[in-house]
Parts: sequence; C-alpha cells; structure tokens
Amino acid sequence: MSDIKFTIDGKECSAKSGQTIVEAAKDNGVYIPTLCHFDGLKPAGTCRICTVKVGGRNMAACTTPVTNGMVVENKTPELEDARKAIIEMLFVEGNHMCPTCEKSGNCELQALGYRYLMMVPRFPFLFPKRAVDASSPKLYIDKNRCVQCLRCVRGVTSADGRKVFGLVMRGGHAQISMDNELVAQLSDAEALKAMELCPVGAILRKEVGYAVPIGKRKYDTMPIGSDIEK
Amino acid sequence: MGTNIETTVKHVIEKYQRNKTRLLDIVRDVQSELGCVSDETIIKIAKELNLSKVDVEGVVTFYHFFSKTPVGKYAVYLNNNPTAYLMGRAAVAKAFEEEIGISFGQTTSDGQIGLFDTSCIGMNDQEPAAIINDVIFTNLTPDKVKALVKDMKNGLSAQDMVKESGEGNNQNELIKAMVKNNIQRKGPVYFTDQEAGIGLKKALSMKPEEVIEEIKKSNLRGRGGAGFPTGMKWEFCRQAEGDRKFMICNADEGEPGTFKDRVLLTEKPEMLFEGMAIGGYAVGAENGVLYLRAEYMYMKNYLENVLKTLREKNILGKNAGGKDGFNFDITIQMGAGAYVCGEESALIESAEGKRGEPRNRPPFPVQKGFMDLPTSVNNVETYCSATRIIVEGGDWFKKMGTAQSSGTKVLSVSGDCKKPGIYEVEFGTTVQTLLEMVEGRTAKAVQVGGPSGKCIGKKDFGKRICYDELATGGSMMIFGPDRDLLDIVHNFMEFFVEESCGWCVPCRAGNVLLLNKLETIMAGKGTDKDLTELESWCKIVKSMSRCGLGQTSPNPIESTLQNFREIYEAKVQKDSDYVPSFDLAEAVKASCKAAGRIPNLGEH
Repeated sequence: MSDIKFTIDGKECSAKSGQTIVEAAKDNGVYIPTLCHFDGLKPAGTCRICTVKVGGRNMAACTTPVTNGMVVENKTPELEDARKAIIEMLFVEGNHMCPTCEKSGNCELQALGYRYLMMVPRFPFLFPKRAVDASSPKLYIDKNRCVQCLRCVRGVTSADGRKVFGLVMRGGHAQISMDNELVAQLSDAEALKAMELCPVGAILRKEVGYAVPIGKRKYDTMPIGSDIEK
Repeated sequence: MGTNIETTVKHVIEKYQRNKTRLLDIVRDVQSELGCVSDETIIKIAKELNLSKVDVEGVVTFYHFFSKTPVGKYAVYLNNNPTAYLMGRAAVAKAFEEEIGISFGQTTSDGQIGLFDTSCIGMNDQEPAAIINDVIFTNLTPDKVKALVKDMKNGLSAQDMVKESGEGNNQNELIKAMVKNNIQRKGPVYFTDQEAGIGLKKALSMKPEEVIEEIKKSNLRGRGGAGFPTGMKWEFCRQAEGDRKFMICNADEGEPGTFKDRVLLTEKPEMLFEGMAIGGYAVGAENGVLYLRAEYMYMKNYLENVLKTLREKNILGKNAGGKDGFNFDITIQMGAGAYVCGEESALIESAEGKRGEPRNRPPFPVQKGFMDLPTSVNNVETYCSATRIIVEGGDWFKKMGTAQSSGTKVLSVSGDCKKPGIYEVEFGTTVQTLLEMVEGRTAKAVQVGGPSGKCIGKKDFGKRICYDELATGGSMMIFGPDRDLLDIVHNFMEFFVEESCGWCVPCRAGNVLLLNKLETIMAGKGTDKDLTELESWCKIVKSMSRCGLGQTSPNPIESTLQNFREIYEAKVQKDSDYVPSFDLAEAVKASCKAAGRIPNLGEH
C-alpha cells in the first residue's frame, strides 16, 4: 500500500508507512549511498554516508522514517562532497590495501571510493596499528580493514541470542571484538553469513578464499548502486 | 586469585539480584574489590549474567573510571581542564609524578598508587583538583601533593587525608568534603529558603495538565544547554503511551567548566527532588532516577539520606505529598565517567547498564526512553526551576530574563577572574556585565558554554547570555591577556577525541584529523591552505555527525578561527603553500654518520 507521497530531489515518490528514506528511495529507483545499512538488520546509522537533507536539516536516511509530504535533498554538491569526505575518512582511518584484499571487487567501501571518484583522500593517512585476530577456528578478523559499521554486531548472534561480535573501547580507539567461545560455536553457514555481512574484508572465512575470478566480482562491471538506478 | 574473582563476582552479582541493567554498579563494585576488571573477570561476569563477553568488555572499556589493569589501592585522578592549568596544574602534576615515582597512566609496581589524567571534575573554581578513591582534593599545590603522597604511603584512608573543611552541606557528616560552594551571587530562583514540600503540595492540588500549563506559561527551557521547552517535553511524555513512565534527572554535569549542578545538588537537593516529583505527577510517572556522574560519588550518601528524609516526611514514597494513589520515589544511578552520557539517550543507555552510546531518533526518549518506556530527562537546574515556578507562578518566572529565555541562569565562572564561583543572573545579562561582577575585566577571551560552546573575544562582550544569542549550560571560562588560546583549543580537541563514543565515522575519525591538523599548524608547519581545510573539515564533522557531541566538537577550532584568526595566521608559513612534514636531512642523519657520508640534499 503506497500511502505516503514524498519527493527526492524533486522526483515524486511514494512509500509504505514505516519505511525508512533509504528503503523508500530504493523502491523508487533512487540510489542513496549506504555502507552500514544491510537489508533486514536494524539500522544503526554509524557511517552517515546516507545523510540527506530534510527541512534544512541533515539526517541519516537509513534511520529516518519517511513521512507524507517530506522533501528530501539527496544529490546536492554539498552532500555529495561530505559523503566523499566520509569515504575518505574511512580510508585514512584504517589500513586498506585493496590489491591484496580478498574482498577487492566485492568490497562496498572500495566500490564507493570508485563511485565517488576518490583519487587521493583529502585527509592524511593515520596508519593505525591494528591487530589481526585469527584465534577463532572458522573466522578471522583483520581490524585494519574494519569500518565499524556494526553489521556483524547486529546480524550475528548465538543460538541463545547473545552477541558474538561487539564494540569495545571508545572514540578513535573503538574496535570490534569477538566472544571467542561463541564464535567457535558458529556453524559453517553462520560463519559464511558473518563474512557476507561484512561490507569490507575485515571478517573472512578461514581456509577458503579468492574463489571469484577478476571480471566476475560484484562491482567489476557496474558501479555500486547501479542495480537500484536501473 | 581465580577463586577470589569467582567469589567476588558471584557475591556482587547476587547483591544486584543478577540484574543485567545494573552492570555499571556490578563492574564498579567488582573493581573496587579486585582493583581492576581483568579479562578473566569479564568472562566470569558475562557467564554469571548470561551475557556475551563483548557486552561486558564493551562496558568496562567504555567508561573512564573502569579499568582492565590495576588502578592501585589509591587511584589518583588529576583534572586536566585548561582552567586547572591556569591555576598551576603543571607543577602539581610534576609533584605527583616525582613524589610517587611514576608517570601519568601508570600504577606503582607494588600496586599501591595509580596516577591518571581525567576530564573536568566540576571543581573549576578551586583548581587544581583531584579525585582519590572518590574523595575530592581541591586547590592543590606541590606542597599539598607531598603531604598527600606521604599519607598514601602511610596507608591513611582517602577520607582521612582531607585536612580542610568545605562550605555548606559539604561539611555534613555524610559528605565531609573540602569542596567550597563559592556562591557569589544569589538570585530570586534557586538560592532561596523554601520549605521542602510546598511546591509539590501546590502541584498536587492542581490537575496534571494544569501543572504542565503553568510550566509552559513560564517559558522554562532546559538548563543543560540545549534549551528545549520543558513544558512541551512533559506534555509529550504525558501523551505518550506506556504502562510506566520515568522522570530522569541528568546530573551528569560533564561540560568542562560547569559546576553549578554540583552546588545545587549539595545545597538544594530537596528542591531538585521535589521538582522531579512535580514532573512525575505532571507526566504520570512514579519512578524517578537521578543519574549522577561518577565524579560526584562523594555526595551520594548524603543524597540518599535526603531521599530517606523526604520519604519520612511523606514528600516521596507511597501517597507522595499526601496524594492518594501518587506513589513517587527516586533512586540514584551512578555514572562511570563518560562525557557523552550528558546526551539524554546516551544517559538512558548507560542507566540501563550499557555503553553510553546515543540512540538513533525517532523514537525520542519521551516516546521510548528508559526500558523503552516514556521518559522525560531534565537537568538538575530545570527541576529546581519547576519547583519554584509552581510555588511562585509561571508569570513570575517569565517576567525575568528575555522574551525567548525567561528566568535566571546559574553560571559556573572560572579562570582568570578574582571571584570565581556560582552566579545566578537574569538571562539577558551581557558578558561585559558578568566580567565586571566576577572581576575579570582584563579578559581577552571568554569560553561561553564550555568547549562545545563558543570562544568569544572583546568585540562580542556586549552580547547577551541567552538561548538565542550566547547559549550556555552554565560554563563560563575566562582567559586573561597572557593566555595561549591555541593551547586551550588543543586541550579541548584532545577532550573531544577522548570522549567521542566512536559510533559514527565523522566524529570518531574527524576529530582525530582535526586535532592532527591543529598540531601541524601549532608546530609551525601549516600554510594558508591548512587553515582553509581546517575550516571546511569543521563543517563536515559538524554537519555529518550523529549526536550533539560531534555536531559541536569542532567549535573550539571554528570559533577561534572566526574570532581570533590572528593566532592561527601567526603560526602558518605565509610565503609557502606546502611545508613538508618529513625532514629528509634529519631522517638520513644517522645513516650518513654511520657511512661517513655528507648528505647532498640539494639534488633531491
């Protein structure tokens, strides 16, 4: 039931009650860039890349419900530049070596970098010292690549509903940590799901990898978002 | 050790009825027993509460006063606010290091004394100040530090190390703190001797809607700084559907330079608790929670006793205020050291025993707050105002102040002035008038509203203190003509980097990048281009961050770039558009010396 009318950059759109701006935009063929968003997970609003302007105020499109008569600004030069700045922040905040990363070609951060024509980040690299945690039998976490989208935190839980991944520390030191006991109990399918939830190459399955050849990877031929804009 | 951990954890968890929402209290008690909360302890707590290890680790590592490594039998936390530096903090810090024999961030090898930096502890009018095992020590000097360290080495309890007496209720048996109130100017609203209970009695004779109407009529706005109309907040909360509702008092006074709530809490707690009961009656809540910052632990027993007395007087508890069926009571929830918990939804998360990360909105706390039930979170001063408004009337309150900002405001004044302390002034008072009152006429800059506010110079001293001109939650820091403002800006940016919760990218990474850029400029390696970039990065962080912290954290840089641009201009290299951060000559010095070569850098 399309009971809500709203506009994005002047385009007339309709939405179902309860939809967020990101979900409604997608249904109307409008791409709003996202990174921490994942269909079916509770929105977290960590990356802020989906920031749009509504009534003169910036808000995250992934956490804001669409309302009737809403006027959404999406592709303004100001917003596009700020989104690009966030992508650049993520590149300098971690250590992202695309050519050697298994997720290259399937990585959403990399794909956003291409879509936003990022050449050299405007910010100086921070080159943080981050750990690789390979203590779990099925998975390893490379924190150098983690963008702290919290998809794994939201999407992977133990059989009794406990968090397998969680955020520890705060500020620039904040990082993902895992409950080793609970990670060890994950089935192969659940471990694969954790890897698929990760938009970058931070959570990877052990003993498998580089299975998809170059040319057949998700973003090899079409930029991210083009499936929505079709 | 293993069994000690097991026994302690079990015992503490039983004490809190295995309640997960009391995780902050559990961690605090366990830490005070064991000296830290190690990985082994974290796993044990998680097992006992049927939580994931990362849930507990997330909480332990989020809060400043929790630690995975031993903090020492005596944990010394020395405030590192700029005002503390103005008052001699550097010498005091050095004395602590020399007398104890360790650096900041360390604990002595015998596990006796730990020494740590901490953000503003709400004692800015009596700096340098420190907290040792929840006990406050103010107006420190190197000599006093020597005596304190000697006492610690002799095994005195922190309380027995207090040699001076404080003012007002700080002298009470249940506080015994050396804290001074420095109430320099009393106004008509807060520092009156109003009999406890008369405000509530009057409110209870009205309909709840009438109470809200009266608050709306007064035009009372939130005193924490954001200035949301209180009557409207209560109305939304009243209208929201929920089996139970909550009134929370935000006593997480964390904005550097603010200490007015500290004074209201010890001197006017009855007025505050009465205001919470009035609010509870207005919105239909029966539970009140005072969320008290960890730094104010020293007043907890006293406040518990005030609550007990109010229950005995039937102002709180069953049929509160003598109203049949109105059962309103208040509990105290301690924080654990996190500035971001001043943000209301982060405060609620923290009160539920979790990391103090702000929530996404909607829903707003008035719809879904504490335990997902409708909750009104108001500041200490706001509740005190409500009590007075009910007694004197909304019109009385509205007559004071300006059109948009009615009533008076309690200011916390510190820094370069002769009379630091508490000032209750009418909204609309200019900064110039305030500077005359506090005898700080030589000021070259005033930090209005703390680091998240604005740093203003002489040309703006004629502006008025009110929500629509110069908004402040109460913090007013004065900087004299000889102060290096860039040092102060740097201190504030370090504060925000430390206090960002880390949830969203622009705040987490952006503040670090701003701080680094500022340091480049301060080191004389900046250019005009760096200033332009700094300005544009400030805008990005402000406009893209999720909560008030990131939306204001660039303010120290932004407002000084606007009002004191010359201090930046003096540092940048005018005739260059690029200054290498890498010194090639320096980098090859050692290898050239080893090889006996003279580097010829001209060729490169």
